[in-house]
Amino acid sequence: MNRKTIIPIGPYHPLLEEPEFFELEVEGEKVIDIDVHIGYNHRSIEKIAESKTFDQMVFLVERICGICSTSHPIANCNAVEDLVGIEIPERARYIRSIVGELERIHSHLLWAGLAGHFIGYNTLWMWVWKYREPILEIFEAVTGNRNHYAMMIPGGVRRDIKEEDIPVVLKGMDEAERKIEMVTKAVLDDPVLAARLKGVGVLSREDAINYCAVGPTARASGIPIDVRRDEPYAAYGLVNWEIIIREEGDVFAKVVVRLLECFESIKIIRQCLKRLRTVKGEIAAKVKEIPPGEGIGRHEAPRGEVFHYVKSDGSNRPVRLKVRAPTYVNLPTCKATVPGESIADAAIILAAIDPCYCCTERIVTINKRTGKRELNGQDLLRLSRKKTEKICKNMGKRNV
Amino acid sequence: MAKQDVIKELKEKLGKKILKWEEKSPQRYYLTVPREDILEVAHFVFEKQKARFIIESGVDTPAGIEILYHFSFDELNKIVTLRVLLPKDKCQVESVAPIIPGADWIEREIAELLGVKFLNHPDPRRLLLAEDWPEGKFPLRQEVRENQ
Repeated sequence: MNRKTIIPIGPYHPLLEEPEFFELEVEGEKVIDIDVHIGYNHRSIEKIAESKTFDQMVFLVERICGICSTSHPIANCNAVEDLVGIEIPERARYIRSIVGELERIHSHLLWAGLAGHFIGYNTLWMWVWKYREPILEIFEAVTGNRNHYAMMIPGGVRRDIKEEDIPVVLKGMDEAERKIEMVTKAVLDDPVLAARLKGVGVLSREDAINYCAVGPTARASGIPIDVRRDEPYAAYGLVNWEIIIREEGDVFAKVVVRLLECFESIKIIRQCLKRLRTVKGEIAAKVKEIPPGEGIGRHEAPRGEVFHYVKSDGSNRPVRLKVRAPTYVNLPTCKATVPGESIADAAIILAAIDPCYCCTERIVTINKRTGKRELNGQDLLRLSRKKTEKICKNMGKRNV
Repeated sequence: MAKQDVIKELKEKLGKKILKWEEKSPQRYYLTVPREDILEVAHFVFEKQKARFIIESGVDTPAGIEILYHFSFDELNKIVTLRVLLPKDKCQVESVAPIIPGADWIEREIAELLGVKFLNHPDPRRLLLAEDWPEGKFPLRQEVRENQ
């Protein structure tokens, strides 16, 4: 009789923030095959989008992910703008890029922390997340929210970045640059991390092409793709920056790509902020009517290319919205990277693609004795606004 | 071959197989292909022209189910979309997953959500829907309403 030993990871597992089920077939310590089951969290966003207007759709797709919450709105707006055939004002371009890049920094730091946690390096985790927090505070001061910024709208952006915000963000960038440099040096020079991650979970160039991998997962395997450069939208064609590529394809290369990308993001943000001082004017073009037709929009999210396809029949609602998140093509690469490795390495290899977990939750306080909710939605809103005001005050902003 | 010539090459090599050629902008091309030829055309674009497969989109239209195969020529900033139309009474098409491993999941997804049969798919299991979801009910079809 043919007997197999299966080690399950999931659907609910301390390693995974969201339900996914990995079935590892093992022989002793070695993984010989892997199967992935998804769909435990399917929310049918594509179907719901058919009942929303084009403006509402942007807010709906913002809810797809809590970490890269501006990636889907940018891709969606790009798709609608491609469908209508309009250009967005220059000022809106810079603001889009600033929000997109701030998000990349906080997302990459979040991942670096998690990766440290997965391999038992909790100091790195605590450290990096401490430096990620100021980025979220910049977000709260500039957009009003730590996540789900609601900044994008077809035709431009909904909120301007004010003159007085610019020094706040610049100061935050200087601070972040210093800290990330420190972390990067520590990670690159650490012999334990090198021993643990180099040569582990190698994704070859051919496999990356066949599985159609995107983002840092592809760039760490020597594939020079980046939508920001290949299809310059927002302000990416107007500022100078480099795309980071590594040839090795192992977990360590993915760490290096992500950490170095943070510096490029800082570079982009600084240039955009500088231009915001001189480029004035409208922040959104008017989108009057959406004609029948199709549009494709993309955005380079922290995890890779986000793809949106929108079809319209001329009414105010889309007939079809198709979303392709980067993890959808990055996750199947585990079939190429995990078999042959040990069980202990499977966790970090699976985590190395930075699977998209939703982590944004605000609190609910419940009185233990009565079991009653002490705070309702209005209270939370009030508290949240108070906190934003406090952060803005600490950062030296006058008006909130 | 100069890199800019991919569109010209597509036209020359596959001219007869393309039923309709739409150039929406210099970055966006939509090519309608007979469904019998999709495997051959996709093979040409993916293997010979080295395009990157982005994803497939399944769309329920009044004329039938449309499958769109989006390919990206990253260096040229062009997206070429191949379109096939499948009549609802014979909703099947050859799977491209044997030549493009990255299409494995999306074809499983379209199969269960829109009821398209992908012939010769290497792993035709369900992807997202639960095991007890009724057979023959396809949630992304237009006739299924949100509250059902």
